[in-house]
Amino acid sequence: MLRQEHKFIHKHLLELQSLSKEDIELILETARPFKTLFTRSIKKVPTLRGRTVVLLFYEPSTRTRTSFELAAKRLSADTVNIAVQTSSVQKGESLIDTAKTLESMKADFIVIRHFYSGAPYLLSQYVSSSIINAGDGFHEHPTQGLLDIFTIKEKKGKVKDLKVVIVGDILHSRVARSNLWGLTKLGAKVVLCGPPTLIPLDIDKIFPQVEIEYNLDKAIKNADVINILRVQFERQLEHLFPSVREYSLLYGMNKDRLKHAKNDVLILHPGPMNRGIEITTDIADGLHSVINEQVTNGIAVRMAILYLLSIANSKPKKELPK
Amino acid sequence: MKKVKIIINKTELDKILNRLTKLIVKKYKDLNNLAIVGIHTNGVYLAQRIVEKIKQLTNKKIKLGYIDITFYRDDIGYRKNIQQPKDTQIDFNIDNKDILLIDDVLFTGRTVRAAMEQLLEIGRPKTISVLVLIDRGLRELPIYAEFVGKKIATTHKQQIELLLKETGGDDTVVIYTK
Repeated sequence: MLRQEHKFIHKHLLELQSLSKEDIELILETARPFKTLFTRSIKKVPTLRGRTVVLLFYEPSTRTRTSFELAAKRLSADTVNIAVQTSSVQKGESLIDTAKTLESMKADFIVIRHFYSGAPYLLSQYVSSSIINAGDGFHEHPTQGLLDIFTIKEKKGKVKDLKVVIVGDILHSRVARSNLWGLTKLGAKVVLCGPPTLIPLDIDKIFPQVEIEYNLDKAIKNADVINILRVQFERQLEHLFPSVREYSLLYGMNKDRLKHAKNDVLILHPGPMNRGIEITTDIADGLHSVINEQVTNGIAVRMAILYLLSIANSKPKKELPK
Repeated sequence: MKKVKIIINKTELDKILNRLTKLIVKKYKDLNNLAIVGIHTNGVYLAQRIVEKIKQLTNKKIKLGYIDITFYRDDIGYRKNIQQPKDTQIDFNIDNKDILLIDDVLFTGRTVRAAMEQLLEIGRPKTISVLVLIDRGLRELPIYAEFVGKKIATTHKQQIELLLKETGGDDTVVIYTK
């Protein structure tokens, strides 16, 4: 009952770092009823009729962009996709000018993915639309973090005290950062595992409760959840580990290795997967994998975010009776 | 200090529910085709009680569902204090069913409108009727309740609350001025 009284008061969703435990729990609780819509023949509700959601993606994306678009459409909002490659950005328009233009077109929400950390924050300082971060540089990918936590909570019934291992390129991963903030706020025991060159220095100073283990077999001992990160080849990784083959040998998830974890371990991956590198096909498509459910849950979580931000930004036009 | 007045006490509440149950059984000749849908939150508990009473009276188990109208509200964007949505749970096919919507208080009619909109997206019921414990008037939409526990004339300044055992109350209905 107490949870119901908690109010979401944020104008933007920029990161999980600045959200409270109660905010995160409210988002997860709100996503659940949205998920029940997906089994109906009409998957749409009229909640955000007349609102406009602009998707502004400066980096390639299939699932996040599609997921946000479907989330908005299932709430009956109108969506506009800006393909940066064919937009005025190519003529040299600055990020702020682009956003100002969209604001003038009365965009209620701007969902942005950008290669620079902090780009969504910058926008939030200049425009009146609600900004939703869909991944910024190495900073955060808050909706991915939320959907991972939603999936864990749905499958395990709780998050607190679970052992969650995040494996791979922690250094360049905004998914890892959002997971770290969200999971530690909810009381999970997080273990980071990857080549020493891909684990940020001093991360234990920011997250003193988080354990770091470079040996994957040891790290996943008794793990409840393993979140496997993608090897991000576009981030110039050549200098950071000797070879893909070695990475796969030391940090790739396979059947033999998985025996070290608990019998009912969950395997998560934010996608897109490099099959045969960080995860073998039998694990990706195996019993423990919830990778496809993560995608379904992503829509529900993004619907919850759009909904809660809309309520928080309500402007009473007149007094309405209760 | 607000003055709270009890308008329905525990015994009266039970009597009203018994009377409404008899009316339902009388009206719906084919109880097998009836399904009851409670509107969150108090409508859900009232629906559970009425389904139980129909079972005692006729030995028939009526299909029961719950509906949350939050996503169908017409004032999203105008008010900040909207409740957290709850699950809509209708695990049966509503096509061609006689649906009886149950809520505690009928006021502007907007909740019933939202519930109807949602029902019509889930399926195509044969009929939809409304049962409310209290009809307090002041309708803003052309909505009519076929089954009414008690009619009370009120003003916009007044507030009516049903305090059920299920939510920590004592099965009474109170009225007070905001």
